Parts: sequence; structure tokens; C-alpha cells
Amino acid sequence: MDREFIITIFSENKVGILSQVTTVFTHRNVNIESIAASPSAIEGIHKYTIMVKNDPERVANLVKQIEKKVDVLKVFCYTPNEVVLQQLALYKVKRSRNVEDMVRRHNVRILEIHDEYIVLEKTGHKEEIDELYQMLAPHGIYQFVCSGQVAIIKSRRELLDEYLKYVNAKYQRMMLQENK
Amino acid sequence: MAFSGFSDTSTPQPKKDLPRISGSEAVIRSFLEEGVETIFGYPGGAIIPVYDALYSYRDKVNHILVRHEQCAIHAAQGYARATGKTGVCIVTSGPGATNTVTGLADAMLDSTPVVLISGQVASNTLGTDAFQEINFIEITNSVTKWNCQVKRAEDIPEAIARAFYIASSGRPGPVVVDITKDAQNGLLDFEYKPKKFIRSYQPYADIDNDQISEAVRLINLARKPMALIGQGVILAGAERELQDFLEKSGIPAASTLLGLSALPSDHPLYVGMLGMHGNYAPNIKNRDCDLLIAIGMRFDDRVTGDPSKFGINAKIIHMEIDPAEINKIIYADVPVLGDVKQSLPMITERISKNDHTEWINEFRVCNNIEREDIIEPAIERRGAHLRMGEVVDAVSKEFDDAILVTDVGQQQMFASKYFRFKRTRSIITSGGLGTMGFGLPAAIGAKIGAPEREVCLFVGDGGLQMTSQELGTIFQSNVGVKIILMNNGFLGMVRQWQELFYNKRYSFTELVNPDFELLAKANRIAYRCVERHEDLDDAVREMHSTPGAFLLECRVQREENVFPMVPAGAPVHDIRLE
Repeated sequence: MDREFIITIFSENKVGILSQVTTVFTHRNVNIESIAASPSAIEGIHKYTIMVKNDPERVANLVKQIEKKVDVLKVFCYTPNEVVLQQLALYKVKRSRNVEDMVRRHNVRILEIHDEYIVLEKTGHKEEIDELYQMLAPHGIYQFVCSGQVAIIKSRRELLDEYLKYVNAKYQRMMLQENK
Repeated sequence: MAFSGFSDTSTPQPKKDLPRISGSEAVIRSFLEEGVETIFGYPGGAIIPVYDALYSYRDKVNHILVRHEQCAIHAAQGYARATGKTGVCIVTSGPGATNTVTGLADAMLDSTPVVLISGQVASNTLGTDAFQEINFIEITNSVTKWNCQVKRAEDIPEAIARAFYIASSGRPGPVVVDITKDAQNGLLDFEYKPKKFIRSYQPYADIDNDQISEAVRLINLARKPMALIGQGVILAGAERELQDFLEKSGIPAASTLLGLSALPSDHPLYVGMLGMHGNYAPNIKNRDCDLLIAIGMRFDDRVTGDPSKFGINAKIIHMEIDPAEINKIIYADVPVLGDVKQSLPMITERISKNDHTEWINEFRVCNNIEREDIIEPAIERRGAHLRMGEVVDAVSKEFDDAILVTDVGQQQMFASKYFRFKRTRSIITSGGLGTMGFGLPAAIGAKIGAPEREVCLFVGDGGLQMTSQELGTIFQSNVGVKIILMNNGFLGMVRQWQELFYNKRYSFTELVNPDFELLAKANRIAYRCVERHEDLDDAVREMHSTPGAFLLECRVQREENVFPMVPAGAPVHDIRLE
């Protein structure tokens, strides 16, 4: 049965990695639901957050195929309850009394007000963003854009640190052996 | 950080004591640092500077001029698989580069270490659709283990060091280094440091003792175990370790197509080849096994048939270097991740000495059925026409201990099953990608890599014509390959499927062929044609005693089928003898 997974990928900050990563998805026949790329908290290391909805076994294999890419450091896969998830959406909506009431009730930020339209920003879960969209739709949405979901794991430290410690120790051992 | 990668932004620090040379010369000198002796390539506009540098190193590096870039890769693959070294190619940008894609894909699927240097337009014209510009990095993302584009001369040594390390370590594969023309022409202070560590790339897993213990436990308990030998054994150089393991455990062993020759064909524990057109015994006994020990193999669908029925009564131990292969097709009860050269002795040391005589006899019974029903009739010198099986048998008898190279199709299956292997690295064939046209250039590479050995290529009339331009390479570079052309006037394997599964509708599988004698003569290659059983041995002897290359055209029966056969998608124990 298809389930939702959040795949976080840590890679060296090099040109073309995103393309290498997405190639794995097309090759292994897994659709990307959303994608976000950003620097991580560790200098020189990039982080990709990719949402998929697929069979758990297929996702487990996909994760290993991504990790196989030489410039990818480590890939983690989470279920939605292991992470804090957020995404951001912008709505350009026709101005009206109803819309302005709705804005007040739904904790939506107003970014810009024009004579004809109003630009709204909503940050939250995918469901909240969809819900607001449904509510605004009857009033006329001129434009809509939504970011990929981003996720932070609930454990305190970045799990990548442990991987980096492991490879660093391996490197030190190798250098020691060579110097002998 | 001590192990940070080469960056695109750092400013180079000039060092006075280092030789200042061009990027092109740095390419060649990096090759020399890596011990490269032979390069397969084809020049063109965007790679001229590297060829110019090569001109000064002609006495140190042997360059083989192929006739098509696809064949540069296939030849490098043949070279790599015959020698165990990394194959090296140079091609130009644009069409030169795109022509290599089939070869790269082949090397990717068959885990062959190849380093390809491709020329690229100057960096200031990148992205302008310049003459012979193509985004080669994007194109090769899914057919390489790693690729990179180099736009500055000073990054060349580091890129090439990475390329060789990545291509040859862990599960080997092809890598591409795409070098812009200005980087080739630029100057740098040359210093070469072979790569041994990349923090984002850990090719050898630490072997898990618990997994070893569990494997040992299952092996000691098993009553009907079978080992499945893959190319991983050869790539790891673990042939000795394999034999030690088998001989102590007494476990019968079958081989995948690419694992052939890791164990000699006459080894008492060898029970035949796996797969759709493999031998009868290892397929039919698959259902009876209670333990399958897969050693450096990846459960290709041509090996497993219906994977849900594969080893249906067996526990699976999967010894494999690539974590992504574990549980990809067949669930492993005990995965043993790591290099089999390390993990096999750890298991051998701890298992009890055993023999499975009765169980092995079950294989022998099946082997005998296949010998009587299939093999003996196939190699018997009777019937109106010459047949592929008897040709392979005759060549294998005459050429003791040759390297077998095959193309793809019926001759591939006949050759791999009827050829007898004495030592490792004796089969070179396109397994994963099934590339017709692979054979001739791969045979060239194999012969150049192992000049002391005979190289026998079996190729069909279809496959030969896919890359027959390389007969010119054979003449120019004086490559002594023995080409056995199985000419049946058909694309035989497809025709077989059309006969068996498509109601004999032979849709575009019949070939009207050129005169192969003239083709051989045009390329000044010795030639003989054989059509009758009684001329076969003499013809094969003539081929053997003739120095240099030889094309032996065997006019074989037009409609012959390869059996046994597992129908596509069926469980392997449904193997058909006819």
C-alpha cells in the first residue's frame, strides 16, 4: 500500500546533484510529490527534502539507489510523524469583503493589497494550505504558488553528524596506517 | 577539512617546484600515474589538444584508433574484463560523446571499470548550442557511476584521480570526465595525488560479524544448499576464496553468465549456468533448495524468472558489495554486505566441513538428462547442416584455455554453455544490457589486454554487422582475434521467440547478408568458410595455426533453437528441454 515518506538527502554542494537525484526517481519509477533544496546546518553540505507517496519497499530501495550516488553523503527516510513538516503558499485573490473576513479568521498574512487583488501568505501543513485554497476558490484565485514541504526531524541533532564522525574516523585510521 | 572535494571557486596557489604543463598534458601524465598502458579513442575537434599531448607520449601509451566511439568503450570493457585493470577511452564532444552512451550503459549494468575522457566546447561557449556541444553530463547521469565536468586546467589531475578511484573501487563502473577545450589548453602546476578517500563515497562496508554468524548457522543447517556465483567473485579477485568455501562446505555451485570461469568448468562442485537459457540442473533444482547462497550477484530477471517463485523453499544468504542490490529483487534472509574476498574466508573459517554427496547426485542426474537430450545431439556431427553447438565444442577443444568473447543472441548462449573454462576472466559478454555489436570491439580490447592468450569471438551475422567497421581497427592495429561467425541468415534469438511465442511470424528477422569473405578480404583478414561437419575440425585448426586475425564463417542451420529455456516470466523450475 502506498504511504507518505519524507526523504532527506545530504550531498556535497556541487553543480548538478539535483539532476542526479531526480534521475534516480525517474529511473526507479517513483513520482516526486514535492521537493525543496537548501543549505543544511553543516557548512558545505546541501539538503534536499523530497516527499513521495509510494510502496514502502520501493521507497527503501529508492533510498539506497540515491545514496549510491557518489556525491551524496547520506539519505534518511521518515514517516510524517517523525518530523515537523511545513510548507508555504501564496494566493493572489480578488478583493472582497468575504475574503478579508476569511483572512482574519485563518491566521493568514497579507503581503500586498492592490485595488483589484490581495496577496496572501499561508504557512502550515499541506492540508491547511489545501483547505484555504478551497475556501478562497469561489471568490476567484488569480494566481497560486506553493513551496515544497520542508521537514525538521524531532530528534535534537542532525543525524548526518554521526555519519560524518564515522567517515572522519575511517579517514584518520587510513592516514595512520599509511604513515606507518 | 582534510578531505574536502575539489571546488569550482578556490583560487589555485602557484607552486614553484612543480612542472608547469598544459591541461592536455596533465590528462596524459595523470594516466601514466595511474599505470595506464592502453587507451581506446577517436579524435575530434574538442579533444585535439589532448591528442596533441598524446603525440609526445606515443612511446609510453599505446593508443588504439577505433572506427566508432561506441567501440572505444566496448574495447575498453573487453580490456578491463580480460585484465582486471580500468579501461580508458578518449573521445571528442557532441557526437563523439553521444556515441559512447550505449557502451557506458553496458559497462554500468555489467559493473565494468571504465574511465572516459570526453572533450567539451570551451567554457565561454557552454550553453550556447555551440558546434558539437552537447550536455554530456546530463545525458550520462543514469549510465555512469560518476561524472564531472572540468572547466579549469588546474582541476584536471584531481578529477582524473577521482575518476580512477571511483571506477575501480567497490562495485566498479564507468565514469566520465568531460573537459572543456580551454581547460585542456590552460596551464597548471602539475601534481598528482591518487585518490583513496572521498567522504561521500564509502565503497567497502565494514563486515558485520552478526551477519557472518547467521550465515554460518544457516550453512551448517542446510541439507540442500546451492551457491550462486556472480561476477562479484571475479571483480573481487576472490576465486581462491570461493573454492576454499565450496570445498569445505561441499556445496554445489552454479554460475551466472558473468560469473562463468570464476570456478573451472570441470570442478567437481560446479553444476552449470543459471538463467533463462542456462543449464537444466541449477534451474530445475532451484525449487528443491533449502538454502541459496548468492555470492556477488544481483538476481537479474534472466536469472530469477518469476522472482516470487525463485528459491521458494529456500532461505537466501546474499553476499554483495552494493547495498542497493540487497532486497532489490529477492528478499535476503541474511544479507552479508561487503567485499566477498573478505567475507567468504570469514564464513569458510567458521563452517563445519561437510559434503552433500546425495544432493549433488541429484544435480548429476539432471546434468545427465540434459547431456543426453540436449548437449550430445547439439554437438553431434550429424544432420544436414552445421550447428552452433558443434562449432563451439570444436573451437573449445582446439583452443585450450582461450578467452571467450561473445556477442548477444543464440551464439552467446551456445558459447557460454558449451565452452569449457579453465581459469578466471575467461568470459567477456554483454550480460545486463544485451548489446548486439558488443562482441567484436570487446574482443579487440581483450586481445590487446591479454596478448599472450587466444581470444575467440563468437558472433552472429546480425551482431557482426552492427560493428563490422572494427575489422578495420583489427587490421590497422594488428589485433589477432579469432572471429567465429555463426551465420544463419537470421536474427536467431528473436526468430526463436517468434517461432515459439508469435506463431512463426518472422517479422523482419531474416537478413540478406553481404559476402563475408569479401568483407574479410577488404580488411585484409584471413578467412575461411565452413558448411559441412567433416570440414569443421580442419577449419578450426587452420584458424588456430594462422597467425593473427581470422574470420571463420560457419554457415549453420537456419532455424535452430536454444534449449533448455525458461519461458519469460515463468518460475525457473518450469525450464523446458524442448
